[in-house]
Amino acid sequence: MPRVTYVEYTGTEHSIDLEVGKSVMQGAVDNGIPGIDADCGGECACATCHVYVDEAFLARCGEPGEQEASMLGFAATAQPNSRLSCQITMSPELDGLVVRMPEAQH
Amino acid sequence: MNAPVDLDHARLAATTPLDRLDPSNPALFRDDVWQPYFARLRREAPVHYCAESMFGPYWSVTKYKDIMQCELAHKVLSSDSLHGGISIRDRDKALRLPMFIAMDPPQHDEQRKVVQPIVAPGNLAKLEATIRERAIRILEGLPRNETFNWVDRVSIELTVAMLATLFDFPQEERRKLSYWSDCATALPMPGGLIENETQREAAFAEMLGAFMTLWNERVNADPRPDLISMLAHGEATRNMTPREFMGNLVLLIVGGNDTTRNSISGGVLFLNENPDEYSKLRANPALIETMVPEIIRYQTPLAHMRRTAIADYQIGGQTIRAGDKVVMWYISGNRDEEAIEQPDRFIIDRARPRGHLSFGFGIHRCVGNRLAELQLKILWEEILQRFPRIEVVGRPERTYSAFVHGITNLPVRIPG
Repeated sequence: MPRVTYVEYTGTEHSIDLEVGKSVMQGAVDNGIPGIDADCGGECACATCHVYVDEAFLARCGEPGEQEASMLGFAATAQPNSRLSCQITMSPELDGLVVRMPEAQH
Repeated sequence: MNAPVDLDHARLAATTPLDRLDPSNPALFRDDVWQPYFARLRREAPVHYCAESMFGPYWSVTKYKDIMQCELAHKVLSSDSLHGGISIRDRDKALRLPMFIAMDPPQHDEQRKVVQPIVAPGNLAKLEATIRERAIRILEGLPRNETFNWVDRVSIELTVAMLATLFDFPQEERRKLSYWSDCATALPMPGGLIENETQREAAFAEMLGAFMTLWNERVNADPRPDLISMLAHGEATRNMTPREFMGNLVLLIVGGNDTTRNSISGGVLFLNENPDEYSKLRANPALIETMVPEIIRYQTPLAHMRRTAIADYQIGGQTIRAGDKVVMWYISGNRDEEAIEQPDRFIIDRARPRGHLSFGFGIHRCVGNRLAELQLKILWEEILQRFPRIEVVGRPERTYSAFVHGITNLPVRIPG
């Protein structure tokens, strides 16, 4: 299974193997990784699974869709490499993916 | 524990012909008997048309997943005040109040972004000390062994003081904020807070006057991190008409006031109704973290949000026609057993307590949701430091409204 590393705002790292087809958000929730709230449960409706994608993987993650871009637009901590992790689906190409958490999820 | 349901209402909810069911009747919320009506709708007609009500014809959406679908359909289900805005009650077109919650993209997005930084993580961290200091002051000032109204002494006091800080509004006049908030949401009726729309407009004019003074001070000064300065300097808001400024003030005041206030009151009530949960909390105050979102779910301080279809829209096997009013009943979706386990129970240590509809979802999701949670969290931390118990000693009185799900009087006593 491809591997993902989540880096908390404090710098603490969590690496897990994530089944192809699952979202990066789901991986965090299923493994109890702190820093991803995912209030809406993966509907792209709350922006509380916000992550910064490591530059090396940004292009491979694709572009945010329209709804995702709208939701990210309201996140005070958004940056150019921001994504909602419920919208990043694990694939073999994303093996080694590194995502960092913002200071807080809003 | 199930919420108390009057037997007559259980029967009435079960026997009223489905097409005559009208869950918008404000008395159902005032009397706290709304539960069986929504339970039946969720079971038998999750997307339901009511042809006649005091608010005119409307559709009810009562299940969690259908409400989520509507929340994401903002291109078809409009929030624009031109079509009727975000609450079930239509306002006279001439009294239309533009505000960003009652706008569609792109204008909604532009104006919302102006005020969003007020709840950025860094700013919340700064507010924390202020909230704690106030919570302590309010709690230390409470009487012992004496019955008092928790709503007035604590819920309103803490939330208006917070609002005054966010606006940098004079603290000594903070109670005006709750007065204007109540005027904004009150249903006009004889003997009520407002009796007609003229009185409401008069309260709004007074509010606008007070805030224009602050605006004028701040528009010519350097930008500061308060809401009025943000609006006065924001590109999308600095040229607002007075009416639009008024609308956005109403939005920010109601949004920051009623909701947190009623969740603060609700928490005390629910812990009294569920003594086992209260014991659990006393034994482990760390449960405040998961209790706070559970309080907000269980109270659902805004019972619904309304949309208006601007094109035909299919949902739950029904066709909603362009022009129809659609009411998303958060209060019902938050009790949907298909989305939430044992939804009628108040459980302070749920695994995923934030999976509730009280803040809405999608582009209109509550801007202040984490600030609301922060206020409740700090208040409960300080309560548990001081009072082993707060006893509810009388029947709560509730707001006559299908929109604001509120508690106006909660008689309590703190044993000393």
